[in-house]
Amino acid sequence: MRPLLRQILSRLPILLGITIISFMVIHLAPGKPTDLQTELNPKVSYEARQRLEKLYGLDKPLYVQYGNWISRLIRFDFGRSFQDDRPVLEKILERIPITLAINLLSLILIFAIALPIGVASAVRQNSLFDKLVTLLVFIGFAAPEFWIALLLMELFGVTLGWLPVSGIRTFGSENLPLFLQLVDIGKHILLPLFIAAFGSLAGLSRYMRGSMLNVIRQDYIRTARAKGLSESVVIYKHALRNALLPVVTLLGLSVPGLIGGSVIFETIFGIPGMGKLFFDGVMARDYPVIMGILVIGALLTLLGNFLADLAYGWVDPRIRLKGEEIRG
Amino acid sequence: MGCGSKAPLEEHPGTAVDGGPVTGDMFVSGTIGEPKNLIPILASDSASGAVVGEVFNGLVKYNEEIEMVGDLAERWDIEREGLDIIFHLRKNVRWHDGHPFTADDVLFTYQKLIDPTVKTPYSGDFERVERLEKIDEYTIKVVYKEPFSPGLASWGMSIMPKHLLEKEDFNKSSFSRHPIGTGPYRFKRWKTGQFVELEANPDYFEGRPYIDRYLFRIIPDQSTLFLELRAEGVDSLGLSPLQYRRQTETDFFRRRYRKFLYPSFGYTYIGYNLADPRFKDLRVRKALTLAVNRKEIIDQILLGLGKECTGPFVHESWAYNPDVKPLPYSPEEAKRLLAEVGWRDSDGDGWLDQAGRPFEFTLLVNQGNEERKLIAELVQREWEKLGIKVKIRVIEWAAFISEFIDKKRFEVFILGWALSRDPDLYDIWHSSKTREGEFNFIQYKNPEADRLIEEGRRLFDQEKRKAIYHKLHKLIYEDQPCTFLYVADALPIVHARFRGIKPAPIGIGYNFIKWYVPKPEQKYLTK
Repeated sequence: MRPLLRQILSRLPILLGITIISFMVIHLAPGKPTDLQTELNPKVSYEARQRLEKLYGLDKPLYVQYGNWISRLIRFDFGRSFQDDRPVLEKILERIPITLAINLLSLILIFAIALPIGVASAVRQNSLFDKLVTLLVFIGFAAPEFWIALLLMELFGVTLGWLPVSGIRTFGSENLPLFLQLVDIGKHILLPLFIAAFGSLAGLSRYMRGSMLNVIRQDYIRTARAKGLSESVVIYKHALRNALLPVVTLLGLSVPGLIGGSVIFETIFGIPGMGKLFFDGVMARDYPVIMGILVIGALLTLLGNFLADLAYGWVDPRIRLKGEEIRG
Repeated sequence: MGCGSKAPLEEHPGTAVDGGPVTGDMFVSGTIGEPKNLIPILASDSASGAVVGEVFNGLVKYNEEIEMVGDLAERWDIEREGLDIIFHLRKNVRWHDGHPFTADDVLFTYQKLIDPTVKTPYSGDFERVERLEKIDEYTIKVVYKEPFSPGLASWGMSIMPKHLLEKEDFNKSSFSRHPIGTGPYRFKRWKTGQFVELEANPDYFEGRPYIDRYLFRIIPDQSTLFLELRAEGVDSLGLSPLQYRRQTETDFFRRRYRKFLYPSFGYTYIGYNLADPRFKDLRVRKALTLAVNRKEIIDQILLGLGKECTGPFVHESWAYNPDVKPLPYSPEEAKRLLAEVGWRDSDGDGWLDQAGRPFEFTLLVNQGNEERKLIAELVQREWEKLGIKVKIRVIEWAAFISEFIDKKRFEVFILGWALSRDPDLYDIWHSSKTREGEFNFIQYKNPEADRLIEEGRRLFDQEKRKAIYHKLHKLIYEDQPCTFLYVADALPIVHARFRGIKPAPIGIGYNFIKWYVPKPEQKYLTK
């Protein structure tokens, strides 16, 4: 376990560095939180504005502000939002369940669809199937999310009336039996899920295809075929396992994405998720909220990398051995 | 109010036999932003303002004819030529928790407004108050340092309950998400990112509202809001000119919704940096206005849904001077004026110049406002025809305000003012209001205007004030400190099942507690 601890400790300076850079950058952006609060209201006097700046501590030098912020963070106090004075952690936590649920489901959906597509395309390289699938996933990749979302909302929500247009549950549905509540939520997140998955199929399926093609050309595959193994055993037992290795890295890299929502589909579908929280935070120059989300994001990225390293060593004996040589 | 159609009822809301007001149903409105804080004196965004407006009352309010009337105050007396305002409060009012409303609550609200540790943006008008005196439980005297007529309207500020907030840390109070007021609706619950739900207050002092529930749905996207309207997921929406003229001109909308139109209380203008030597000359500003075809802007960008603006007051205000006529559209006259000042095309390159320097400037607009971007393109075309080089720059709102407008690092920009109902012009037009962060950022300075502005806010007699503001209106328009463009129309649409809506100069929302839905058309079960 000692190397594990060392691994974790060695990442702390990175985390600190991230917070310093983030803090600097968001304060460099022009505009102040007090601008937004007061919009352009002639009834808001100059003195009132200065008073607000003082109450938020914005009149102090930047390094003092950072010092205050980091000393609170060490005690797990993320501060209070400038916009509504609620604790940042509370604002983040109330949005995590829905964001996590949608991201997890869409991640599963993406992997469940993209991996088979990728493998099939590789096995039937340059076939009509390969070309059609490539075309389709690239359409998904290239078409703007908001546009597809609006078209689908119009079709299913307005014209056909099968699905709700926006939101995550029907008003008053909390009085229904649990099963019907789940159906209600399911209906609401069907379109967002589809949009989230459709745009990401291209990346992963092409990646899988490339990795598979790479493996199929290896000597050991030729050996397996020469041994007289059936094609399906060659592909699914020998080739697939090896081709999946790089995908593990991708899985690790998706960890921070799990709590980072997409501003676009959250805004369009009216889903109270993390993406919207972050975006609104940035637009309002709500520094505590922005920093809170960035810190959690950075933590998860580091955690994801770390887990990917571990998983990689676990699924690929070559890396594990090399790693031990280095550590030894 | 029925329209005489014989189709089945459920297909045609608005056709049921109207048996008079009944209770029931729910009104669903959509809001782009999430409310931020429901403590009235901290609420500065429009979403919070909308909720606060239903839950709380001020001492005074404007009625349908935009006249000041009592709200929590039954009446008021103005004494010592405006130095004192004495409010006589209603005696039958209770907070939503049953506690009686008294003068102590008014005193408490005032103390919080001027408390330097409270993050309120509204302290300005109240800093002119010398002190508040409680005469008895239902009478309160406001003593001003000097007569201040806009002060009366400032008492439209929502009054907060002393007994609930006295011991709270104001900036961190849970009251911001669970407000308790005196208003027609009681706060029920708030699901972050989803909705805020209110329910009718059965003890409201003006009578129980007929509509049982009021739901604010949070729908952050304009296109989604309109789709929700088509799916009847929201009952009301403020339409854009395009939606009003085209997208809602369908059978579906004609059957199921009613549209309204009335002038909004604000205007859009092109502002010039009056400290810039080029814009110091009245003839240059006049020329720029003459070259802008304001009728075309209204016709093309607002699709005709607006009026030409002739100064700092809108047509619905009593301060508006109908004798002020807008400058005509005349590029020839504009050219002549510019030549008179010395702006000619002396080197023959097609652009005006003077002393070897071409006439060029940057026109700033803020991001996210399609109308203003289109205006910028139209005026760019007009001014370039005169021979002025115009560059358009679109900037994100926060940066636009803090880096360019506040610091006065601009040449020309497009902005709008949402006006308060009181015609006081001090904050926007007085020469003392030009510091960073204040609102006379175009730096208009006219001693005569200053004098009139100061006089206008000292007087309480509306007829006397009217004469002053009529003079001011004329004076400012003749000075052309900016190009006044238009007053856009407000374009709300409301589901046809709601009855009792009576459009008035102030709009449609003023009598919301009298709106109702006939039983056969009620859509939501609210029990």
